[in-house]
Amino acid sequence: MGTATKLRPIAPDLFDEGPGGPCLVGGRRKTDGRVVFPLPHGAARERYEPVRLAREGKLWSYTVQRFRPKSPPYAGADDEKSFRPFALGYVELPGQVIVETRIAIDDPARLTIGMPMRLTLVPFALQDGESVLNFAFEPSKGAP
Amino acid sequence: MTNVHIIGAGIHPFGRHDGKTGLDMGIFAVREALADCGLTWEDMQFSFGGSHAAGNADAMLPQLGLTGIQFINVANGCATGGSSLLSGYWAIKSGEFDVGIVTGFDKHPRGAFNPDPESSGHPKWYGEVGMMLTTQFFALKIQRYMGLYGISATTLGRVAEKAFENGARARHAWRKQPVDLDTILNSQMLSDPLTKYMFCSPAEGGAALVLASDKKMHELGQKGPRILGAAVRTRGYGSFEVFSPSLDIERGPSPTEVASKAAYEMAGVGPSEVDVAQIQDTESGAEIMHMAENGLCADGDQERMLADGITRIGGQLPINTDGGCLACGEPIGASGLRQIYENVQQLRGRAGGRQVEGARLAYTQVYGAPGLSAVSILGA
Repeated sequence: MGTATKLRPIAPDLFDEGPGGPCLVGGRRKTDGRVVFPLPHGAARERYEPVRLAREGKLWSYTVQRFRPKSPPYAGADDEKSFRPFALGYVELPGQVIVETRIAIDDPARLTIGMPMRLTLVPFALQDGESVLNFAFEPSKGAP
Repeated sequence: MTNVHIIGAGIHPFGRHDGKTGLDMGIFAVREALADCGLTWEDMQFSFGGSHAAGNADAMLPQLGLTGIQFINVANGCATGGSSLLSGYWAIKSGEFDVGIVTGFDKHPRGAFNPDPESSGHPKWYGEVGMMLTTQFFALKIQRYMGLYGISATTLGRVAEKAFENGARARHAWRKQPVDLDTILNSQMLSDPLTKYMFCSPAEGGAALVLASDKKMHELGQKGPRILGAAVRTRGYGSFEVFSPSLDIERGPSPTEVASKAAYEMAGVGPSEVDVAQIQDTESGAEIMHMAENGLCADGDQERMLADGITRIGGQLPINTDGGCLACGEPIGASGLRQIYENVQQLRGRAGGRQVEGARLAYTQVYGAPGLSAVSILGA
């Protein structure tokens, strides 16, 4: 993690850096226990209680973003030339919720549905020059 | 309650039309639909119309005639056209009106839509990190489906190949050049497993349909397919929709599955009776998944069906006979009505080189953001 942990999170209340490592923060709806991510803000916030989400899960689906997304809303510091494709997908966190996430992996061809994944925090360079901390999942150690 | 028929159908060709506004294309389609059944704008008792990016549909009125008509603007995302049809259907079925017109048109900027996270209720970071693209949603949905049901990339390619083959036979289509399978599979990868030729593009166009009660149709000496069933349904918990930072582990039916069941029930028919279908093909994977969501096959059957040409014109169940969104593009306000226009042509035996022989029952499904589906079933 190193210097990355000193960066400002891309948004407040998105993840928690507890003693056991980072975890995402979701919301559990008070009326029926339904879990969502991220924790809702604004008027909806009071209907949810924060819940720490599992750090490990299984890959539910994935793709690779091959072209630079339009700005706005995309705020990456890259341009058409320097853009590098990135993997993203959904990870199922057992008994809680399926979250959409960037996937930290060098070779997306290794990804398969059902493979074990774990949370990591990664720096993300913004257009305005600042680097912030974003979340991502990566294949768990020992995954093929 | 009266039966409702489609007695007139008009369309402005889809594609890119520099120098023409969306409104121009809507007016063109309305005039063609009226001429098709020998009526005039003054004969219309009501109109429902929509456009997503080309102004309010009722801005057509000064050119069509300020008759004081009850005109209602419809805005229901990608299902705007299907929703206009449903509104017109209800208006006549209720007995309130005898004859009216539903219409839609659009003109979008080139390239993928760029959404604003906050206006659709999502946090800013979600867009900033590059996870707010409709193309990703389609890729993520079909990727999982392929894994679960053994669908190959070749099958995705075959859907696009068929679309361009059919588009070449439709006057109103945008892409009229057949494209071979290898070119489709080897074109630029946009979002794995979907390549450039597997995606439709935002486009321009207009469509209009004149609806009439049984009684009115006979008075006018007209004929036209009957609307046997029509339904719009929105997303429920557990359905997988565009722009979802999280999903429920417990999966539920899609809005398409729910709308489809409702429409079959209203029509009193089953999927095995469908002769021709126009279903949402925003990209190749959507057509494959919607085949199953609309009950037209079991999950996984698509692999064999596409290989055997079942869904081509001349096959047992032709799908997207005018090339669908892949060959026509997707002007949101007009897209759902274009599908119904195509089914009307098929049921009247007017589809020329793409005619499905003996078509008696035609099925339409339009689906889109933020998670809604409109289905209609027409009988000859």
